[in-house]
Amino acid sequence: MKKTAADVLPTEGGLGNEPLLAVDDLHVEFTTRQGVVKAVNGVSYDLRAGETLAVLGESGSGKSVTAQAIMGILDMPPARIPKGAIRFRGTDLLKLSEEARAQIRGQRVAMIFQDALSALNPVFTVGWQIGEMFRVHRGMSRKDAQKRAVELMDRVRIPAARQRVHDFPHQFSGGMRQRIMIAMSIALDPEVLIADEPTTALDVTVQAQIMELLAELQRESNMGLILITHDLGVVADVADKIAVMYGGRIVENAQVHDVYRAPAHPYSKGLLESIPRVDLKGHELYAIKGLPPNLLDMPPGCAFNPRCPYRQDNCVSSEPPLYEINSTRSSACHYWREVLDGSHG
Amino acid sequence: MAATDNPPVLEVRDLVKHFPLTQGLLVKRQIGSIKAVDGVSFDLRRGETLGIVGESGCGKSTLAKLLMALERPTSGSVKINGRDMAAAKGRELKAMRRNVQMVMQDPYTSLNPRMTVGDIIGEPFEIHSDVAPKGMRRRKVKDLLEVVGLNPDHINRYPHQFSGGQRQRIGIARGLALNPEIIICDEPVSALDVSIQAQVINLLERLQNEFNLAYIFIAHDLSVVRHISDRVAVMYLGKIVELGGDVEIYDRPAHPYTQALLSAVPVPNPDGREGRERIILQGDPPSPANPPSGCRFRTRCWKATPVCTDREPLLEIRSKTDHLSACHHAESHDVVHAQ
Repeated sequence: MKKTAADVLPTEGGLGNEPLLAVDDLHVEFTTRQGVVKAVNGVSYDLRAGETLAVLGESGSGKSVTAQAIMGILDMPPARIPKGAIRFRGTDLLKLSEEARAQIRGQRVAMIFQDALSALNPVFTVGWQIGEMFRVHRGMSRKDAQKRAVELMDRVRIPAARQRVHDFPHQFSGGMRQRIMIAMSIALDPEVLIADEPTTALDVTVQAQIMELLAELQRESNMGLILITHDLGVVADVADKIAVMYGGRIVENAQVHDVYRAPAHPYSKGLLESIPRVDLKGHELYAIKGLPPNLLDMPPGCAFNPRCPYRQDNCVSSEPPLYEINSTRSSACHYWREVLDGSHG
Repeated sequence: MAATDNPPVLEVRDLVKHFPLTQGLLVKRQIGSIKAVDGVSFDLRRGETLGIVGESGCGKSTLAKLLMALERPTSGSVKINGRDMAAAKGRELKAMRRNVQMVMQDPYTSLNPRMTVGDIIGEPFEIHSDVAPKGMRRRKVKDLLEVVGLNPDHINRYPHQFSGGQRQRIGIARGLALNPEIIICDEPVSALDVSIQAQVINLLERLQNEFNLAYIFIAHDLSVVRHISDRVAVMYLGKIVELGGDVEIYDRPAHPYTQALLSAVPVPNPDGREGRERIILQGDPPSPANPPSGCRFRTRCWKATPVCTDREPLLEIRSKTDHLSACHHAESHDVVHAQ
C-alpha cells in the first residue's frame, strides 16, 4: 500500500563520503500570540555512522526543537519550517510524505526523551510498550513481540527481565525507566539515535551507568548518536564533535578536543570558564554576565553581543556568519581569532 | 575559611527520622518504617559551609526539613547556639526558627505567582513583626533587593516578570529577610541555566562573607559543592558515610561509596578520557524501609567482606585515613586526579 512512499525512501547502501544525517540551514519558527518566535535560525550539522555529536546549549537555544524537526514530531502549526533541509542518507526528509516519514521515524531514526516517566504510558506494562514496536512496525504476534521485549530488556541490562516484563512503569526506578526508553528506541536497530538530555533527571551514579550503556550499544551497532545536553562534563566524556547553540543558531562547530583546549567563540569560552576549578577555589567564579536572549526580542546583530566581553560596534550592526576556521571547525564570531588567541594564552 | 575558634552555631547529634509505613484502610497498622535519616551528627560554625552530597533518596532533604523544624525528629537533637530545638516552645521556638532559613531548589514553584516581589520578600516580617516595624518594611525589602543584585524599583513586579536566575535571587532575599545565622540551600542552582549558575553561586559566597552566614549546601553537582564548601558530608541511605574537609573528601576519599560517586562525575576535559578510572556501581540503592544489615553500602560494594554484614561501621577516623569515614576497609584513594 505504501509503494509510492517506499520508492523515495533512502536506501541502505554504502555511504561513501556522505554523512548519515545532515541538517542544512534549518529554520523553525512558531506562531504565538505575542508574535513569531524564531526558535531555530539556520542550523547546520552532520553526523556519520558510529559518530557521537553533542549539541550543547541552554534552555531556549533551539537544541531540542532541531531534534524534533529531524524526528518530524513538531506540531505544525504552530511550528513552521520556512527554510532548510534535513538529509538522511541523501534524501531530504522534509520533502517526504507523512507516510514515508512514519517509515523512518522510530525505525531508522529514533529518539530518547529526558523524562522517562512521562514518556511511558502508565496503564500498559513495559513489555507491552516495548513489544508495540515489533507489533506495529514488524507485524509480529503478541507472543513473539513479548519474547523480543524480554531480549531487549536483557540487552539494556534490566535484571530479571522475564518477570519484570509484566511490570508497569511506576514500579521501576528512574534509571531503569530510562533503560526501558532506550530499549524501545533501539528495538528496530535505528541508524541514528537522538538522545535529548537522557540523564538530566538522574543521579550521577545512574548517569554513568546509562552513558556506558549508550556507548556500548553504539559500538555494537555503529549507529550515529546525537546527544543533546547542557552538561559540559558529559560532552567531554563521550562526544566526538560538538555543536554549541545559542539563541537558535550554532555559534561553534568543532571536534571536542579542540573546543576544550581553546574555544573559538566567546560563549563557549565563557561556559568553560564558569566551571568551578579546584585551583581557583576561594575565588569568585567567572560568570557570563546578563541573561539568555528572549527569542521574541532578539538583540540586533550577534545574539550574544549584550553579554560578550569581545563586543565591538560591528557585532551590533551585522550578524556574524559561521566563519570557517578549518575543515572541522567554525565559529560565528567576528573576532574568533582574538577569542582563539586569548584561549591559548 | 572555616573559623574553628568560635563555638558551633548548629550542633546535630544522632538525629533520626523514621516515617511510619502503614497498611489497611480503616485500621492502620504500622508494618515498618522508612529510615530516612538514621543517626546523623555534625557541627556547623558561623561563616562556614557544609556541603551535603548523595543520591536521591539518601535523606538529604529530610535532613534539611529537620534542621528547619518542619519535621519533628524521631530521636536525637538539633541544637542552635546551644539550645535544643525540640525542647523549645512558643516564643523561643519562633525565635529559633527565625535563625534558620532556607533557599529552595525550584524558583518557579517556590514563589507565589499572585504575590508581588515586595510581598514575597516582606512576608517573613508579617510573622516575625519584631524584626521590622510596619513602617520600615518596604524600605527593608528594597534594601534586600539591592543586596541580592536586583533593581529595588521592581518591588511591585510579579515573579513571572523575572528570569530563573532573578527568581532565585528573590528566593535568596526572602531567606535573608530575618537576618538568620544559618541558611539551608537545597539544590539552589540545579534548576538554573548553566551560564546563570555561576552568578548565583558568586552571590551566595558574597553574602556569606558580608553577613558571616553558615550554609548547609545540599547539591548533586559535586564540582559546585567543592567550590563553595569548607567541609563535605557524603550521605548514603540516611547515614553520613564520610565527613571531612573539601580536599580530604575530593582528593583522598576513603569510603568506597565516595570513591564511586566521585569517579562517576564526568570531568569537563576530554583529554585522557579513555584512561580515566571509573567505578560504575551496579543497580540502585536498597530501600530505606529495609536497609541491609551491618554496612548499608555492602550490597553494592566491591570491598565487602563478612565483617561488613555483621558489624555496622561507625563514623570515625580510621588507621589509613585522616578524616571521618564509616567503612571497615577505609583507605584513601585519589580517584579523580586534580587537574
